[in-house]
Amino acid sequence: MKLIDVMRFSSGSLLGSSARTLLMMLAMSIGVAAVVVLTGLGEGARRYVVNQFSSLGTNLVIVLPGRTETAGIGPGMLLGQIPRELTLDDAQALLRSTAIGRVAPLTIGSSQISQGALNRDVVILGSTGDLLEVRHMSLGQGQFLPTGDMNSSESVCVLGAKIRRELFGQERAIGAWVRLGDRRFRVIGVLASQGESMGFNTDEIVIVPVASAHLLFNTSGLFRILVEAKSRDAIAQAQRDAEQILLRRHNGERDVTVITQDAVLATFDRILTALTLAVGGIAAISLAVAGILIMNVMLIAVSQRIREIGLLKALGATAAQIRNLFFAEAILLSGIGSVVGLILGEAGVLAIGKIYPSLPVVAPWWAVLAALGTAMGTGIMFSVWPARRAARLDPVMALSRS
Amino acid sequence: MILLDKVSRSFTVGDQQVTALRDIDLNIAAGDYVSIMGPSGSGKSTLLNLIGLLDRPSSGTYKLDGGNVTDLSDEQQAKVRSEKVGFVFQSFHLVPRLTAAMNIELPLILAGITPDRRKARVQQLLEDYGLTDRAGHKPDQLSGGQRQRVAIARATGMHPAVLLADEPTGNLDQATGREVMNLLEQLVAQHVALIVVTHDPVIGSRASRQIHMVDGRIISENKAPADASDSTTDTR
Repeated sequence: MKLIDVMRFSSGSLLGSSARTLLMMLAMSIGVAAVVVLTGLGEGARRYVVNQFSSLGTNLVIVLPGRTETAGIGPGMLLGQIPRELTLDDAQALLRSTAIGRVAPLTIGSSQISQGALNRDVVILGSTGDLLEVRHMSLGQGQFLPTGDMNSSESVCVLGAKIRRELFGQERAIGAWVRLGDRRFRVIGVLASQGESMGFNTDEIVIVPVASAHLLFNTSGLFRILVEAKSRDAIAQAQRDAEQILLRRHNGERDVTVITQDAVLATFDRILTALTLAVGGIAAISLAVAGILIMNVMLIAVSQRIREIGLLKALGATAAQIRNLFFAEAILLSGIGSVVGLILGEAGVLAIGKIYPSLPVVAPWWAVLAALGTAMGTGIMFSVWPARRAARLDPVMALSRS
Repeated sequence: MILLDKVSRSFTVGDQQVTALRDIDLNIAAGDYVSIMGPSGSGKSTLLNLIGLLDRPSSGTYKLDGGNVTDLSDEQQAKVRSEKVGFVFQSFHLVPRLTAAMNIELPLILAGITPDRRKARVQQLLEDYGLTDRAGHKPDQLSGGQRQRVAIARATGMHPAVLLADEPTGNLDQATGREVMNLLEQLVAQHVALIVVTHDPVIGSRASRQIHMVDGRIISENKAPADASDSTTDTR
């Protein structure tokens, strides 16, 4: 018996009981669609977080003042000392490492900005010219902070897109003077509008040279040092070097924390991948349920078609041929069901993508393959028993059944 | 052609041993026309199933077409059935969702015959049995006589050596029954061994060899004159 004949015969018997066939396919396709949509959502969440992280910069190592560790009560705490602060010299010193490409010291504060009669509160970021590259910001107009000496306190500033809009409207901002606190700054650039990323809106900040920020807020410490390793492979080396350099500069005291963005990202990645797998696994259970449904209906089909099976045997069908006929039905059912489910799932993913454009919803290829595989697998697996039962029927008994 | 030697068949029903056939010796040649008659439970159908390789003897040997087929595996049985045996049933046993032509095609498909040869053969059979204009009809659109003609066409599709008919006229009126018997009897002329199981003495008496069974035994065999079937047709 040729494959095409088997398929033709089986599809004929499927079409013969269309309501039953339709329901089984529906069960199969809902299972597959559920896997596709849910893993798509999980993967979307993962990609969203990864994108957010990489928009913060690549190969980043971040140096924070103070150290988070459980060490009991140290003498410093009793005396009311705070950890030694990070200084510009610390930042400068980090550049000695061969693994470190760029360094952007960061200090943060808030002040009033005023231009003419307009004024508002803004977050002021003190940094250097390298921040633009390190933090993957993009400039809308003019130029960014001057690179070079970290200690030069030029009175220039770069405005966030929204600040510029609010203070200047349609007027030209580049070259104009604004007042920040008690000092005057000349606007040399405007950031491109980027919106919010990781809870930080670059549209509503003003960036000034770090030394100017220190003067403005009358401090000398740094909030962070953003360090860009020369390459992805150099991240670990950059982290070690940063720790070593600061350890030496701080008289052997480990009072800074150096984290890599990669480590944070990897953690999120792991959590979200696990989440995707879990959600996909739950959806796969519905596939198993669909498989059991197929088995149930196939068993009913075997007893309904007992005379037909007896006849086929009388006409010279072997047990293997009858088994194959029932297998073919299961394969057709689960095959068409999975394809329909795949189409439904992808349509669902597309729809979600349209509704939440910021979420990059894509069903990962492995989930699609796994869904198809599970669907076909359960369909075939759960038809083994009915097919064997059909093949083993005693033809005399089967024929005499009325 | 068909050679049964001391064939017995017993079943276990509950904890009882029921013997359906006892020491049957039977020799049927190609072109023989045999009717098997007897009351219900006399073992006629069991004998027919055994000859048709749907069943196996509990003891004794069965030779078909020169080969010993007593202890064939299921697979081998199926192959022999496919090539040498045709069945015609009382209740026709057509697949309801398939058209007449597709029902006739079924054994050819199972035997793995190529589609173009299959098509030619089905066309030929439809013509032989006057079903050409019914080819596309489903069984429920056919009359009883047409259904049985489809069944006979299906049974003869593979040119079987043996044709087994179990009450072939049981569900038909007399005129249609006669028509069907005529079709079956035409096959005898083509050297097919025709074995008909029936209750009906009128149908049974058409055969050239009439076997009577009681309690699993052959109690008598009448050899009618060669023209017996023709004369009965005339007298009715």
